[in-house]
Formats: sequence, C-alpha cells, structure tokens
Amino acid sequence: MATQQSRSAARFMLAPAVILLLGWMLVPLIMTLWFSFRNYLPLRGGDLGWAGFDNYVRFIGSSSFWPSVQTTLIIVGGVLVITIVLGIILALLLDQPMWGQGIVRILVIAPFFVMPTVSALVWKNMFMDPVNGLFAHIWKFFGATPVEWLSQASMQSLIMIVSWQWLPFATLILLTAVQSLDSEQLEAAEMDGAPFHSRFIYMILPHLARAITIVVLIQTIFLLSIFAEIFVTTGGAFGTRTLSYLIFQRVLESQNIGLGSAGGVYAIILANIVAIFLMRIVGKNLD
Amino acid sequence: MARAVTNNRKALNTAIAWTIGLLIFFPILWTILTSFKTEAQAISDPPVFLFFDWTLENYSVVQERSNYMRFLWNSVVIAGGSTILGLIIAVPAAWSMAFVPSKRTKDILLWMLSTKMLPAVGVLYPIYLIFIKMGILDTRTGLVIVMMLINLPIIVWMLYTYFREIPGEILEASRMDGASLKEEIIYILTPMAVPGIASTMLLNFILAWNEAFWTLNLTAAKAAPLTAFIASYSSPEGLFYAKLSAASTMAIAPILILGWFSQKQLVRGLTFGAVK
Repeated sequence: MATQQSRSAARFMLAPAVILLLGWMLVPLIMTLWFSFRNYLPLRGGDLGWAGFDNYVRFIGSSSFWPSVQTTLIIVGGVLVITIVLGIILALLLDQPMWGQGIVRILVIAPFFVMPTVSALVWKNMFMDPVNGLFAHIWKFFGATPVEWLSQASMQSLIMIVSWQWLPFATLILLTAVQSLDSEQLEAAEMDGAPFHSRFIYMILPHLARAITIVVLIQTIFLLSIFAEIFVTTGGAFGTRTLSYLIFQRVLESQNIGLGSAGGVYAIILANIVAIFLMRIVGKNLD
Repeated sequence: MARAVTNNRKALNTAIAWTIGLLIFFPILWTILTSFKTEAQAISDPPVFLFFDWTLENYSVVQERSNYMRFLWNSVVIAGGSTILGLIIAVPAAWSMAFVPSKRTKDILLWMLSTKMLPAVGVLYPIYLIFIKMGILDTRTGLVIVMMLINLPIIVWMLYTYFREIPGEILEASRMDGASLKEEIIYILTPMAVPGIASTMLLNFILAWNEAFWTLNLTAAKAAPLTAFIASYSSPEGLFYAKLSAASTMAIAPILILGWFSQKQLVRGLTFGAVK
C-alpha cells in the first residue's frame, strides 16, 4: 500500500524522533568518552590534560568496582526472581472466582504508583527503623531483638523494597496473560487426571512465556538504573553500592569527572551486554 | 476462567486474596493513617492502628514549612509537559512505522528501546554541563526536555503497538475515496487511536511523575518537583513519622488516584500490546 509519496512522508514523520534520540544518545556519550580520557577535576583546577587510559585502569582497579557489578546483578536478578515467582502465584490466585476481585486488584496494584523516594523513605523509617519501626515492634512483641535491617541485612532489605514496588507490575501483566488461558483446555486436562503441577508446567507456564519476557525486559531496563531507593536508604553503604551508584559518588561526591566518566563507559558496556542479550529474546518473542 | 465453584471454595479464595492484597497495600495504608496521628502516637509502643486522636495538624505544618503547592505545580508541569511534547513527536513517528513499515522498522524500534538502557549516571555530567551552558539547569523547561527524551522510546513503542491494530484496509479505503494524508490522519486515524493515545499519556505521566534520578540531580530550589520535596524529608525530619507520612501522602495521592481510575487502560499500555 505504500506509495513512493507516502514512503517519503513516513520518513519525514519518523525523522524528529530518530534525530532527537540519536542526539540524546550520541552527544552525552561522546562527551563522556572525551572526559574519560582527561584528568578532569572541577574543584582542583578543572581540566588538567590527557590521562590516557589511567581513569579506566584506576576505576576497574579500585576495590569497589567488582563488588559494585556484583551488587547490581544481585539486585536485578533478585528482584526479577521474586517478582516473577510471586507474580505468577498472585496472578493465578487473582484469577480465581472471589468476592471483591476489583478491590483486591486495586490494593495489589497500588505500590506501582508510589514514587520511589516515598517508598524508600517509608520503608526505611516507619518499617525498618530498629527503634520505632513497625518491624521492631513486632520483633519485640515476640521477644526477639529488633534487626537493624538496612545495615545488618542491607541487600535483602533493599531487594525487598524494590520487589514491593515492582510486584504489582509483574502481577498485572501476568494476570492479563492468565486471563487469556483457554479454560476449557485446562478443565479437560484436569478431568483427564492431570495433577496441578503438570498442568502448570505444560500448559500454564508456556502460555505465560511472552508475558514473562515482557516483565524481564521492562524491569531490567528500570532496575539497572535504580537510584532513589539506594540514595534514600543506605546511600550506598553496607554493600549496597551498585555500579550506577559508585559512578554517581565519583562524579558528585569526589568531583572526579574523568574517573566517573570512565566508570560511565563501563556501565554503558555492561548495559549493552544486558541489552544485546535481552533484545535477542524480545526480538524472538515479540513477533 | 469462569467455572462453577462451591461457595466454600470462593470464600477461601476471597479470604486468601484479601489477606495478601491488604498485606501488599499495608505500607501505604499505614502511611496514610500515620499522617493523621500526633508525633507521639506515631511512635507509640505498642503501635496504635485506628484508635488515636485524628488530627490534620501534620498537613498544615508540612505545607507551611515546604510550600507543597509549588512542588506539586512543578511536578504537574514537568510530567504533563514532557508527556504532551513526547506525544507530539511520537505520534507521527509511530504512525509512519505502523502504516508504512520498512525493513528497518523493527531495528529502529529496538534501537529506540535500547537507548533507555543507557545508564543515566554515565551521562549525568555531560547533561549537567549542557544544561549550564544553555541556562536551563534547575528550570522546568530543562526537566520537560529530559523527561520527554527518556520516555520517548516508550511512547513510540506503545503508540506503535496501538496503531498497528488499526486495520490498514480502512485507511486504504479512505485513500481510494480521495482523502489526503492530512484528512486521513485527522478524520480516520485519530478517532480510532484515541484510547491508545490516552493510555500512553497516562502511563508516561505516571513514569515522569515518579522519575527520581534526573529530577533530583538537575533541580535545586526553583524547579524541584515532588520527588525532591520528599527527598528533603530523608533526614533528620524522617524521624518525625507523622510529618513524613503527611508529606508522603501528599506526594503520592494524585498519582494513586489517577492510577486507580485508569488501571484497565494502563495494563494494555504497560504490556506494549504484547500480552492480551
């Protein structure tokens, strides 16, 4: 249906979006690359000349680099596993007949609308505070010593907070997929005596594959760059410093732009590795 | 899966689902409740749930101290402005990819999405410098531009999946009848695309409202939206639970209400149309 005329019109309409995104990607990227080869310390005289690969060597050689990569991957992986497993269970549950289904769905979806700074602050102070937090009250009620969540179990706490924020998203998408399951097929299988676990593995799970792909894709995009949750709760202490946060500290706290930019380049490489991996699955799964 | 179940089974489902639903919602409920307590009751041991002296004092204190309305207005302008600007740029792009696809359409779409994976922190300083040079640091204009750019890939994707569901035959028929490209877009396409555009708008408004990296790092006193308003409560005011709760409630209430009303449209949008 596309004539020559409509094709050039189409290209014309596509151009602004492509040019803007290209600019948004390339301009800062080139600047970051440039800075990463400079000794750039705004508070100590500014641009002090070429650094060669010094910044790269220093950044990767610092003792906090590998732990930060590990922390990043643990948070992304942990949150993905928790939200997908719980999301499937919740989706199957919410699909059952019950009274007040609409209200329950509203309750479950609510955390998604809470801004990250708020949820981090509320969890940190009102729930995880070792003196006045609600958890501390519950622990004391059972005669246990309250846990200092954000220092003694910092990673678990952080993963819990972030999972709480993302569980609604996973649940909603999986629920939509569950609702399109062919219930007659399932009933037939049930009558033929297929137990729940085999119905789940052979019928439900394959049907959910696409939805799970979407959840993994979108959540990974957002989780790789989580910031506010760490900024507000631990400030990167107690082993919760992700790669993004480490770079943030180099740039803003130590004001070492060269070093931070080299870190930025590493982060971009890491994101690209994940992106290539994800785009493969998505490209395959989205046709 | 509609099928006949006994009332017992239904009651059990209801009980389990409500328990889990309330558990998930509890942190929000607790925050809202605490915002009506006095500071002493907010940290009382054992905690009080409902039977306390309800007060609105925290809200007036928070408003007085940090001028909530200004932050709210900044949030509305930044989230709303970036969403509208994004739509203006994304609608033509999505239209062209959906109706005049080429071999590269899918690659362009995936590339657009991949720009979202670019770690923001990696380019923070360049953006910061550009903002200073252009004189838009700590302005709503600057934030509108950045929010628009980071959400543009998602807007394009969502619109693309919506547009693709509009049957091409209708467009062809209108073209046969002599409709120009402009008429085609205004009279045929737009009415059919309104639901999709509306849910795209909603989701992006929410994403921009809650975004907390650029808003925290590129604003100071003037253009700071609610994310910054609430971050200023992290310490030491964070220890005043009742006021923290009141501020939190004020920051999330607009979106919570908007989101609840539009949850059906949101689900479609969130899945990029890939899950039905």
